Amino acid sequence: MSNRIPEDAEQKQRRAAAHRRRYSADERERMAAHRGMATWGERLVPLDVFHDAVHRYGRALGADEAAAERAAFVGAAPDATPVEGPYSKIAVFGGIYNNSHALEALLDEAARHGAEAIYCLGDFGGFGPLPERVWPLLVQGGVRSIQGNYEQSLASGAEDCNCGYADPRDNHFAALSYRYTAENTSAEFKRWMGGHPLRRRVRVGERELLLVHGSPRQINEFLFASATSVPYLEVLLDQERADGLLCTHTGLHWHRRLPSGRDVVNVGVIGRPANDGRTEVWWSLLEERDGELAVELRPLAYDHQGLARDMAREHLPQEFIDTILTGWWTTCLEILPAKERSRSRF
Amino acid sequence: MSNETSTPTLPVVTSAPEAAASTPREKAVPRVRLRSLDTLWFQVGGTLCNLACSHCFVSCSPTNHTHEFLSLDTVRQSLDEALELGVKEYYFTGGEPFLNPDMEAILEVTLRQGPASVLTNGLLLDAARCRRLATLSESSDYSLDLRISLDGYDAESNDPIRGEGTFERILAGARTAHDAGLNPVMTVTEVHASNASARGRERFLDLLRAHGFERPRLKVLPVFQIGNEAERTGAYASWQRLLDDDAPPDGWDHLQCSTSRMVTDQGVWVCPILVNEPGGRMGQSLADSLESFPLGHSACWTCHVHGVSCRT
Repeated sequence: MSNRIPEDAEQKQRRAAAHRRRYSADERERMAAHRGMATWGERLVPLDVFHDAVHRYGRALGADEAAAERAAFVGAAPDATPVEGPYSKIAVFGGIYNNSHALEALLDEAARHGAEAIYCLGDFGGFGPLPERVWPLLVQGGVRSIQGNYEQSLASGAEDCNCGYADPRDNHFAALSYRYTAENTSAEFKRWMGGHPLRRRVRVGERELLLVHGSPRQINEFLFASATSVPYLEVLLDQERADGLLCTHTGLHWHRRLPSGRDVVNVGVIGRPANDGRTEVWWSLLEERDGELAVELRPLAYDHQGLARDMAREHLPQEFIDTILTGWWTTCLEILPAKERSRSRF
Repeated sequence: MSNETSTPTLPVVTSAPEAAASTPREKAVPRVRLRSLDTLWFQVGGTLCNLACSHCFVSCSPTNHTHEFLSLDTVRQSLDEALELGVKEYYFTGGEPFLNPDMEAILEVTLRQGPASVLTNGLLLDAARCRRLATLSESSDYSLDLRISLDGYDAESNDPIRGEGTFERILAGARTAHDAGLNPVMTVTEVHASNASARGRERFLDLLRAHGFERPRLKVLPVFQIGNEAERTGAYASWQRLLDDDAPPDGWDHLQCSTSRMVTDQGVWVCPILVNEPGGRMGQSLADSLESFPLGHSACWTCHVHGVSCRT
C-alpha cells in the first residue's frame, strides 16, 4: 500500500500533462466555459435556465391520448386500386434497364413455369442499350407493368431519373444512363410508359399482394434487406391492408416471411446482375401451394455476351459492361448498407 | 412564452401555438408534417465528447452537460414506442456515443429490432471494441454502420478543426474498424470548401485506399452556422430563413424532419441539428412528437437549400 500512493499521484500528474498536451488553449477555454452551463444556440446559459426552458416546449400527452395519437399516425391508408386475379401462379420482375436479351429469356422462362400472369415493377430503361427494343416485347408478352421512377421521369420529361442516389459518382453514372435512355426513347414509348399505374393489387390464391416500385410510400425508396426493419414492414402492410408486398428498385432480391405470416419480396431486377459475381439476373415466381404463398427467387441466364456487345456498340461506359460480364457492380455502390456493401467486390 | 433574461439573440424555433399565430412575420413560417417516422435518432452521448471541435454545431466537449448520456432504459422505452410506429432504422450520435458505458448494450437491443448507424469520432475504436461490434453485427440480420468523422486529408487541415493529433488517431480507429470487418463510412464536412469538390472527394478516397481500405466509403456534409461553427466562421444572416413562399411544389417532404425525430435525455426533438434550441423540443415521448413543426430556424434553411440529410 505504502508505495502505491505516490505512484497514483504520479499517474495523475502524467494524465493531467497528457490532457494539457491533447487540448489546445482554445479547446481548454471552451471546456472551462461549458462547466455548469448549457449551450442555447450560440449563447451559454446556466444549466437550470436551459432545462427550465426545455420543459416549456413540446406536448405531454397522457397515456390514452398518446396511444390514440400513435394509432392515428399509423392508421390505414385508403387505396382504391382494383384487385386483379385471383391467380394461382404469377411471374414478377423489375428493372429491365433496356436489357431486351434478358426480357426475352424471362418471357420464355415464365411461360415454361406456367405463370398465368407476368408483372413488371417498373424501370424499363437505364443502364443498358437500345431502349426501343423492350417495348414490343412487353406488349407481345402481355406484361402488366407499373411505373418506376424511370417511367415517371421519362413520361413527364424530367431532367433526371430520380433514382435517389446521394453520392456524386453514383449520380454521375445515373445521369449518363438517363440521358442515353431519354435520347433514344421515342415520344410514343414515353407516353405509353406514363399510362401505367403507380401500384397494382393482385390476388394469388387467398393472398392480396401490393405491387410497387420502391415502397408504397415513395417510388424511389430503397428497401434493402439489411436496412429495412420488420416493424416497418408490418406497419406498412397494416396500413395498406395487404397480405404481402412486392417491390424492386434496389437491384438486390430478397424475401422475408414476417412474424405475422405475411411476405415481403424484393423481386429482383432482370437488367443487371445482383452484385454477387454471377452473370445471371433474378426474378420471382409466386404460387399458391396448399393454401400458402410459395415464393421462389430464381436466377435467369440470358445472352449476356450479346448484351455486352450491344452496349459496346452504343458506347456505354466500360464500367457498365464490366458489371454485365462479371456480375459485380461498379457503380451505385454508395447507397448500399454495410452488409450488402461488405459482400461487394468494389 | 418569451423570457427576456434567457432568450438568446438568435431566432428561436417554437412549437408554441400562441407564438406561431401572434404576428404576420411568424405566420409566414411554414410547417413540416411528419409523414412517417422512418429514422429515429438517439443522442446517446449527450453533448459530451472527448474532443472539442471548433466547428461542432452542437458545441460538444468533455464538460458540456446540456444533454447527458441516454440510459439503456430510455432507449428501450423509445424502441418499444418505435415498434408500434414502424420505425425503419436507428441512428446514434452525441457527443461521442462510445463514451456512454451502455453503448454496446444499446446496440445489442437495437440490432434485434432494426439497422443501426453510429456517428463516432473514431478515437475509442480499439481492437477489442471493434471485435465486439463485429460480433454484434454478424449476429444480426440488420446492418451496423459506423460513420467516422474526419475533416481534412492531412493533419494540417484536420487537426486545427478536430484537435491536435486527431488525424492520426482517427485514421488508426477507422483502420481498426476496417480490419475487424466493419467498413466505416468516413464523414467529412465542408469546413474546407475543397472537401466537397470532385477532386477533394477523390483525395479522401485515395487517402483511404492508401490506408488499406479496398472499398472506401465517404459522405460529405455541409456545415451549420450554429454552435461553435457560428463562432468560427459567423452566424446565419437574417435573410437565411424559410418562408411559406419558399415551399417547393411537392411541399417540405424532402426535409429529414418529415421522416425523423431525435431522442435526447431531455425528451424528443424535431431533428439532430436543433437539440440546443429548447424550441426544437416536441415532447417527452415519440407520441408527443408526431405533430407538424414550424421551420423557423436558420438551420432549416441549410437543410432545404443544401438538401441535407444526416442519414448516410
